Amino acid sequence: MKCQLCDVAEATIHVKEVKNDEVTELHMCEKCAREKGYHSMVEKGTVSIASQLVWMAENLYPGGSSQVGMVKCTECGLKYSEFTKTGRLGCPHCYEDFGTQLRAILRRVHGSVRHAGKAPGKEGSQFERRRQIQQLHEELERAIEREEYEDAARIRDEIRQLETAAGEDATATASNGSAATG
Amino acid sequence: MTQEKPVHLPVGEMLRSEGKWFAGDGPQSDAILSTRVRLARNLKDVRFPGRALGEELSGVLHRVENAALGVQAFQERALREMGALPVLERQFLLERHLISYDLASSGGECGLLFSENEALSVMVNEEDHIRIQALMPGLQLDEAYEAANLVDDQLESSLEWAFSDDFGYLTACPTNVGTGLRASVLVHLPALVLTRKIKKVLTGVTQVGLAVRGFYGEGTDVIGNFFQISNQITLGEKETQALLNLERVVRQLLDYEEKARDVLLKDAVHQIRDKVMRAVGVFTHAQLLSSQETIGLASAIRLGITLGLDDLPPVALINEILHCSQPAHLQLMAGHEMSSEERNAHRAELIRKKMREGMN
Repeated sequence: MKCQLCDVAEATIHVKEVKNDEVTELHMCEKCAREKGYHSMVEKGTVSIASQLVWMAENLYPGGSSQVGMVKCTECGLKYSEFTKTGRLGCPHCYEDFGTQLRAILRRVHGSVRHAGKAPGKEGSQFERRRQIQQLHEELERAIEREEYEDAARIRDEIRQLETAAGEDATATASNGSAATG
Repeated sequence: MTQEKPVHLPVGEMLRSEGKWFAGDGPQSDAILSTRVRLARNLKDVRFPGRALGEELSGVLHRVENAALGVQAFQERALREMGALPVLERQFLLERHLISYDLASSGGECGLLFSENEALSVMVNEEDHIRIQALMPGLQLDEAYEAANLVDDQLESSLEWAFSDDFGYLTACPTNVGTGLRASVLVHLPALVLTRKIKKVLTGVTQVGLAVRGFYGEGTDVIGNFFQISNQITLGEKETQALLNLERVVRQLLDYEEKARDVLLKDAVHQIRDKVMRAVGVFTHAQLLSSQETIGLASAIRLGITLGLDDLPPVALINEILHCSQPAHLQLMAGHEMSSEERNAHRAELIRKKMREGMN
């Protein structure tokens, strides 16, 4: 979105003002925001990420009365329109039920939609393997696009190996689990 | 579960600074006060605190309290439930950077665990079920992360976190999802402010995906030329990468600050010396001091110390003054509540005393 004032730079400061019971919205680049007297917001960083998030959530997928706004989390009952007001989700399951909308927002906020960091120890090694398999699948697609079939075959074998190992682990965990409960 | 527990904090012991994390100075301490690392975690299958019911929240408190038995740092410390603590003591914890504004004002089914030296703590039922925090003096990002990460591992052995392959650790606010890691460094940049370079420098910082905040974190003002620099991105980047980026930028800021100091020494040494010695004069003689003024004066004296000017107290004394002259600290030390006028008199008296002791 371009700055509403200069129409040149990208708008990074989003301000909502209530004057005489009327809400006005202003989207500005940093330079114009400063000239307009919003310099404290630019410099002190008081434009919190949370308020930016609310703005994005509303504008990428308008809540209100639209269909998307009425989508509800099947676990905690939070409506998407409620999320766009507060920027807070209701429960871990919201990430699944609002997945499509959240992906768009997360891409804007973090520049990515895939976790790359630590995983809980209990599932750490399996998570790492799933992550590797996913990465290899992407590499495989790229290799096929480039018509580098030898590479593609090698990658496919690697995927198979990892998948077999994952399957063996899963069976082992399942039998351990039944032994423990039995 | 509140009634049988001690309702008050061990204030007497906490007011002594020996053995506390902030009593040391740490690497790069001339320009860096502290490093903070926070990890956000939530329990699997439980609604986030903002949407959970009272009984769910007390269930979380209970489970965390039990899990904390497995964390070495918290062995000697009971979980402090905010609802049971007097407001003044909550404010004291806020001044100690152990809890957030939200937790201090909410009371209710929220709690806090902290280690004896106050370097490690866990907030329960703030925005997320769990917020693990490690605080260290100076610039120690890796060390602080390791400490927080160890608490995470230890808690995880008896708690199950909400985690997904795609999004990582799931948090109430999508700005924290992924690693749940927020690392921040509190830097003192007076020379950049005085040479009017600060705006340009800080704009650069925000453009590389970091955030600049005030003394007490999110939503607070920048006072006394202290700036909190922290990472924003939590998804798609490894923890080590986030720490590395932050450290790189902070070191660059220190570099700029040092160049600005050289400019001050070259072009304005008399003016700076005057500003610094006036601050010492006010600290040694003033009869009324507000917290705002105190932080400003402490900043000036700190600048003098880093510039190597003579006849100044050690930096540790200035840090101690910054800590113990805060409103709730003053009132708990005096043992009663005070109006702001009374606090200003008490603060001035305390600082005169500290300066007399510290300069001799």
